Amino acid sequence: MPHQHATRLLEAAGQIILGKEHELRLALTCVVARGHLLIEDVPGVGKTTLAHVIARLSGLQFQRIQFTSDLLPADIIGVSVFERENGAFRFHPGPVFAQLILADEINRATPKTQSALLEAMEEHQVTADGQTLALPDPFFVIATQNPAYQIGTFPLPESQLDRFLMRIRLGYPDRGAERALLMGEDRRSLLERREAVISPQHLLDLQRAARALTVTDRLVDYLHALVAATRHDAELSGGLSPRAGLALLSAARAWALIEGRDHVLPEDVQTVFPHVAGHRLHLAADGRPVPPEMLRRMVEGVALV
Amino acid sequence: MKAEARRTALWLLGAAALTVAPHALHLPAWLSALCAALLAIRGIGLWHPRARLPRLAVLVLALTGAVAVKLHFGHFFGKDPGIALLAALLCLKLMEGDSARDVRAAVLLCFFLQLGLFFYNQTMGIALLALGGTLLATVALLSLHLVAAPPAMQLRTGALLLGQALPFMLVLFILFPRVQGPLWGLPADAYSAVSGLSDSMSPGTISQLSLSDAIAFRAEFAGEPPPAAQRYWRGPVLNDFDGRSWRARRPALAGEPAYTPSGPTLAYRLTLEAHNPRWLLALDYADRGLSGVRYASDFQLLAEQPVRSRSRFDLRSRPDSLVGRQESTATLTAALALPATGNPRARALAAELAAGTDSPRAVLERTVAHFRGGAYAYTLSPQLLAGDSVDGFLFDSREGFCEHFASAFVFLMRAAGVPARVVTGYQGGQINPVDGVLVVRQSDAHAWAEVWLPGEGWQRVDPTAAAVPQRIEAGLGDAIRAGDPRPLLMRPQFSWLVQFRHRWEAISNHWNQWVLGYNPDRQRELLAGLGLAQADWRTLGVMMSAAAALLFAALLGWAYRQHRRQDPLDRAWAAFCRKSASRGLPRQPWEGPLDYGRRLVHAFPGQAAELERIAQQYAQLRYRGPAGRSDVRALSERIRRLKLR
Repeated sequence: MPHQHATRLLEAAGQIILGKEHELRLALTCVVARGHLLIEDVPGVGKTTLAHVIARLSGLQFQRIQFTSDLLPADIIGVSVFERENGAFRFHPGPVFAQLILADEINRATPKTQSALLEAMEEHQVTADGQTLALPDPFFVIATQNPAYQIGTFPLPESQLDRFLMRIRLGYPDRGAERALLMGEDRRSLLERREAVISPQHLLDLQRAARALTVTDRLVDYLHALVAATRHDAELSGGLSPRAGLALLSAARAWALIEGRDHVLPEDVQTVFPHVAGHRLHLAADGRPVPPEMLRRMVEGVALV
Repeated sequence: MKAEARRTALWLLGAAALTVAPHALHLPAWLSALCAALLAIRGIGLWHPRARLPRLAVLVLALTGAVAVKLHFGHFFGKDPGIALLAALLCLKLMEGDSARDVRAAVLLCFFLQLGLFFYNQTMGIALLALGGTLLATVALLSLHLVAAPPAMQLRTGALLLGQALPFMLVLFILFPRVQGPLWGLPADAYSAVSGLSDSMSPGTISQLSLSDAIAFRAEFAGEPPPAAQRYWRGPVLNDFDGRSWRARRPALAGEPAYTPSGPTLAYRLTLEAHNPRWLLALDYADRGLSGVRYASDFQLLAEQPVRSRSRFDLRSRPDSLVGRQESTATLTAALALPATGNPRARALAAELAAGTDSPRAVLERTVAHFRGGAYAYTLSPQLLAGDSVDGFLFDSREGFCEHFASAFVFLMRAAGVPARVVTGYQGGQINPVDGVLVVRQSDAHAWAEVWLPGEGWQRVDPTAAAVPQRIEAGLGDAIRAGDPRPLLMRPQFSWLVQFRHRWEAISNHWNQWVLGYNPDRQRELLAGLGLAQADWRTLGVMMSAAAALLFAALLGWAYRQHRRQDPLDRAWAAFCRKSASRGLPRQPWEGPLDYGRRLVHAFPGQAAELERIAQQYAQLRYRGPAGRSDVRALSERIRRLKLR
């Protein structure tokens, strides 16, 4: 049963990242739904650790790219170097050729560099020197972003944010978790001693199983009503796009699978909705992202039929 | 402001605007302006919370408004000040707040003011406006309850509710015992309409003839209508001239005409708009034996009562009758009377026309010839004529409308010794191509002359037709000089507007005949058609109650069928939710089955297993694909047996 792989992974990850079961589950949902994840929070709450944990425990090739203001697209994709001995250019692949990429502090790089990565995410391939090269499968990007009000950042434009299936916040650990964190062993060294609990193939199985989950007409109606509600809301600058609707459905499927069900319930849609819609909706008044309580109100405004 | 509250406020604002706007026709101008300003402020305030009036300002405005209404009307009693005050209060009420209570009060005010519209005007347009206002107000009320529904759905639900009320409305309309009199009018208002005709005229004192397009009457001919040039509808006959004005004298009335009708007959039904006097407008000359009318000695036809509401008359005319061959000396003397002095040039012209002729007919022909060759122009905006108006028209200005022509002609005839008088009424009218009904408007009002010739009696002479033949043959539009401003509907580029008007008036005619004209007679007629010949108010009451009960039963049956048509699984789940709701834990509309189940388990830990199973089974049956019938039955049985403790 594919969802047992998910359970195994979540159990193991929960021992390293303490008190963040829900966020871990959401992150895994994003992987299973074949989407990319954006983690937005202040530094030091474990964004990077989360990416490490997923990569390590599922045996994915891992690359970390630290985004800085002088990072160039070639630093991500790779460069062609002239080799004297055989008199030809040879492509040296960049860090993007990995199964899981942690794009750390993506909003510190210039828009040009950001878009190089974001295009790779969208197309699952890169083009260098006129050559199109496929990226490995699974291919998964976790980007972290500091809240936009920090100095020296280039906030991602709305169209680029849409490339991320979900956005989550980690938040501070609760008292018990933080205590355990302070008392316990260093998380990195703890992680280095852990072996992978599932294989990349298991992840691919999970992805396939999620796509096969049953979705009834009734659920599609509900999902559509929810999406339509965002379009009628006068407080928003615009509603969810059809692509966002698809994203919502695939995230709900992945969540339902991880929950161990073979069908999608409205609850699944409601759970992933704030994380799928949150970075795609903006307030009409000042263009800021919608606050979470407004997302919750939106869910509560759509009746189940 | 929250989006839902704003939506309700917008519905309400629309309802209020649609309700108050038609009232602006009769509200004092300052009050209309105040209402418009308040509504605009309210509209802006929906998006800019700071653009709202403070409470104190609303209070002050309310008091000032009340005082102003009192000053304007002098009192608070009756319809006009009442409606004015309510309109102001409605607009002020919108300023007060967005609470459900405020909305309800404002909606009630809207409903009342929509009813108030009919005190002033009962045309179909107003009815449609009121219906639109009612719909918006209903939707505003609904939106308090259908908070999350999209606007289109709120509108649809509102329309559905009104649609369900429609059969009840029809039953009440058809069966409610009727009283004689206008449907909506308050006693004092029903008689306020006035005719375009009057019993006097003073040519030369009007510099701008305003043409009202209001309908004076309609005529539906049994056969082919006569051509336009022969459609002279006789109104008051003006006999007495004092040098400036022509006045009617009181004619003797009789139950039979003073002449012997002869020749072919024209039968038609006249639907006369309310105009207060008793006179009817009949084609010359009315046949004998008409019911409900009196015959005047000057050939006018009068109703037995003043025409204070739109009335129907079935009339017949014999255009070829010879009238007045044995006229009394008194009448002929009166038809020759002129003031002792004034208009010397006209008198000189009359003497010249009469000189050397032996018969009145010759004088008549020479006078008509004078008009035909006199280069007179037809205009709706003639010069003002001071002093001797007949001289002024005949020799100086040489322009005018029918009154000028008729007045000058009759003056000349009398001065030449031929008995003559002015006849007013309507000329022509337009056949509506949509329903074939002849429509005569106030702008078709006309004045012509009648001359008495020995042996021939009274003869109709239309000096306007002689001088400007197009006026009669082709209508007003062709008679006006090029360059003179024309009324809007007579401009050729607006022919589509004329088309539209024809259609509208054909529909309005049905409205008048069947809705506004639905009086006790019509009701009796209709019920007799249904086999109820002698229906008194008791029978009607019983029938009304029975019909209403039947309708209720039908609606209930429909609602029940809607419910039965629901999926059995939905019904089972709804029963489960009702059961839990009765224990104080209703399902939130957006709450999924598992979430709800968890909440119930928390509240009833003793039945945790059963509750969880029900929630899970429902979730699976509902969201896993087509549910087996036996599974659904098992679940509904489980739910039926469940007793929450």
